[in-house]
Amino acid sequence: MARVTISDKFCTVNPLKMSPYIGAALAFLGVDNSMPLLHGSQGCTSFGLVLFVRHFREAIPLQTTAMSEVATVLGGFDNLEQALVNIAGRTKPTLIGIATTGISEIKGDDLGGFIKLIRAHHPELDGIALVDVSTPDFQGAFQDGWASAVTRMVEELVDNSHFDTRLSRRVNVLPGCHVTPGDIDELRDIFEAFSLDPIFLPDLSGSLDGHIPTEFTPTSLGGISVEQIRRMGSACWTVAIGEQMRGAAITLEHHAGVPYKLFSRLTGLAPNDDLMGFLSKISGVPVPKKFRRQRSQLIDAMLDGHFYFGGKRVAIAAEPDLLFALSRWLHEMGCTIQAAVTTTQSPVLEDIPADEVLIGDLEDLELRSVRADLIVTHSHGRQAAGRLQTPLFRIGIPVFDRLGAGHQVTVGYRGTRNLIFDVGNLLMANVHEPSPETWIPKHQHSQGLVTLQLLQ
Amino acid sequence: MGTLGAKIQQVLNEPGCATNQGKPSFDRKKGGNRLLAPGAAAGGCAFDGAKIALQPITDAVHLIHGPINCEGHSWDGRGAKTSGSSLYRTSFTTAMTEQDIIFGGEKHLYKAIKEAVRKYDPPAVFVYQTCVPAMIGDDLEAVCKAAAKRLGRPVIPVNVPGFVGSKNLGNKLAGEALLDYVIGTEEPAEVTPYDINIIGEYNLSGELWQVKPLLDELGIRILACISGDAKYHEIARSHRARAAMMVCSKAMINVARKMEERYGIPYFEGSFYGIGDMSDALRKIAQLLVDRGAPAELLGRTESIIEREEARAWERIAPFKARLAGKRALLFTGGVKSWSVVVAMQEAGLTVIGTSVKKSTPDDKQRIKEIMKDDAQMFDDLKPREMYKMLKEARADIMLSGGRTQFVALKAKMPWLDINQERHHAYAGYEGIVALVGEIDKALSNPIWEQIRKPAPWDFSITQDELSIHVA
Repeated sequence: MARVTISDKFCTVNPLKMSPYIGAALAFLGVDNSMPLLHGSQGCTSFGLVLFVRHFREAIPLQTTAMSEVATVLGGFDNLEQALVNIAGRTKPTLIGIATTGISEIKGDDLGGFIKLIRAHHPELDGIALVDVSTPDFQGAFQDGWASAVTRMVEELVDNSHFDTRLSRRVNVLPGCHVTPGDIDELRDIFEAFSLDPIFLPDLSGSLDGHIPTEFTPTSLGGISVEQIRRMGSACWTVAIGEQMRGAAITLEHHAGVPYKLFSRLTGLAPNDDLMGFLSKISGVPVPKKFRRQRSQLIDAMLDGHFYFGGKRVAIAAEPDLLFALSRWLHEMGCTIQAAVTTTQSPVLEDIPADEVLIGDLEDLELRSVRADLIVTHSHGRQAAGRLQTPLFRIGIPVFDRLGAGHQVTVGYRGTRNLIFDVGNLLMANVHEPSPETWIPKHQHSQGLVTLQLLQ
Repeated sequence: MGTLGAKIQQVLNEPGCATNQGKPSFDRKKGGNRLLAPGAAAGGCAFDGAKIALQPITDAVHLIHGPINCEGHSWDGRGAKTSGSSLYRTSFTTAMTEQDIIFGGEKHLYKAIKEAVRKYDPPAVFVYQTCVPAMIGDDLEAVCKAAAKRLGRPVIPVNVPGFVGSKNLGNKLAGEALLDYVIGTEEPAEVTPYDINIIGEYNLSGELWQVKPLLDELGIRILACISGDAKYHEIARSHRARAAMMVCSKAMINVARKMEERYGIPYFEGSFYGIGDMSDALRKIAQLLVDRGAPAELLGRTESIIEREEARAWERIAPFKARLAGKRALLFTGGVKSWSVVVAMQEAGLTVIGTSVKKSTPDDKQRIKEIMKDDAQMFDDLKPREMYKMLKEARADIMLSGGRTQFVALKAKMPWLDINQERHHAYAGYEGIVALVGEIDKALSNPIWEQIRKPAPWDFSITQDELSIHVA
């Protein structure tokens, strides 16, 4: 449906996009007792760290190989070696996830080779899983880095000996980076209601859900364990959420023979009907009563809410999978997608219910948001929304000027119902009160003003 | 990058920097640029530091030449406030792609500058060099020179690839860019004997505005603040100031010192944090101006304002004394001078049981020792794990620190107050210190602490030891 265009500007103004390595780092943070390590200048890490701290309002374990100018020219072997040894000694993680940056990619550091050599020299790293992923800044965006990191974890960690006896209730879930810790909690409840035993890779609901650990840990505070990842081959099914996870799901299938089902979105009525049907089928459990009730509540919310959504013009900027989920849902509520801006290529872009999907920035969004009723994007949309005096619904990463970003839920019947309330309330609060002039046609109105001025 | 290398050596060996000159000559060469331990490092890069120092210039375009990560992860993140243009909060970057890496990014950069100028018509453009274009050899200076000529306005190269060093080095390199390309390039319409520069103050949370009313009252004009709430032209004309104050430790000492060398503007190093420091700052500003020919009556007027404001501040702090008496605080400051805050906290009845001295000079340390007597510990580098332990064992009642250690305190269920650069409250001058004491009181007296420390009444797995810690 949509025409996908790429901005032809030379100067990106008010970026929407972020780098793939920071997406990869977040994926590693969904593994218990892990430490992501960015192979680059220390600034790469420090900016990323602040970004996540402000979004999740949590301490973020993230380290750097602290490449200096000289090290960059000579190659990063020594720095990587020192970094791994230091991290192993100081924080004793189970996994170190190493993501490259622009400078190490341009230099051409061979991480796989480096790791082999370093392992040979340092037996103290034996108990620590090391996963490297190539995430150059100048290629792709946040969700690409997240997806690559998950694929690499599957390749490196999942035990590929074929399991004769699969665990009949075990389901692997591969959530895209737009799936929040709150979403994962919701999905876990849904899967468990079908007597299924889901494990999530990555699982931010264990590490970045904002809980109080009983003691201090310098690594991630929870998430899927490396041991659980190794045994992902014993599951009956893999459920991937978001097109970005297709690659990881296919890799897992090839690697350990687990079939997969991809849900390109889980926001809205129909996608959740599909999910329920699928879970019921694979579990042999009829859809539990509570979901019949939740579905009914969602339908009621659609009835109550459609008055406020119908005919509204919405401008959205988000990463492809999030953009897809939100724009389809808003379209199904009666909105017109006036503008759709995204960060990177994806097969889902063509199916976005808009005339054009632009790979661009928030300046592009602002220019296309004039006379929109609602802007939907991350917190950096605040300046544009302020200038246009248009309400802003904050979603995606980063959301740094509102509480509870990690617990924003948009999946399931219940999540969709609450999303209708949250977005609907924004639209309701912005209803224009009528005045005596409201129904005077524009041309008459201005003529009247001219007459008035002449009389004066 | 021969010239950048030379520049770095020069700023690292800053003669005006007491911290640096106190070091043995071998260490001095390393300057403020400690070697970083891979896997155990924290803090920003040189580019980060340069952006902190220059981006508060409100009406300029700040264009970052690099891939998306340098700007995309961090823009509009600092709390520098403006009284005029908001252009500095608009983010500009070349967001280099693979094409640029292969063919070079110079043409892309030139076109980006042109596009930004055409759309936003700024008085000047600052262009920041980052690691990737530095690696592929993009000639920043040449592109900026060509752009300035063709676009008819200043285009200033800020050569600060992150991997050349720390945030502090970046501050200084940013200062060098101002010295080389901006300061002294325009003339002010009029000058007065009361014109000063404030160097290294970024107007975070509007702190400059906590101080400015007093200067206004004294008839002292801020010719340029470098760079909080600054307009480009103000900095270009700042070389006609009569005196300067250098704020924020040593971040921009090279600017202060070289402006003294080149334009004969005397400066002193001061702070707006704490009552005593604020008074000292006013006193020194007045004295320097009088030394340079302002009428001597300024000194008397300054003293009377100091007397009035100090009395008013202490009077406003006094009601907190009873509420805060005996409360123990841990203080981990960054750029904010530890001891000046310590004094104010003591005056408000708090006991400071420990403070960091990581960024303090030997003089500062001596002073802290005198102020805190025996009841305090000085920490060079306290690991988060240790910090957590201290708080968890309730050896302190509140921690004041930067955002980096925020969650160490909060996860230990301890009150915490942000006193670093990302803070949302303004703590400068007499107004600010009263506000700080007020914030400490608010944090300590919040009713959540008692509620959240009690274990769930149905949870019988908790041991008596844990219980006693929670209740304590």
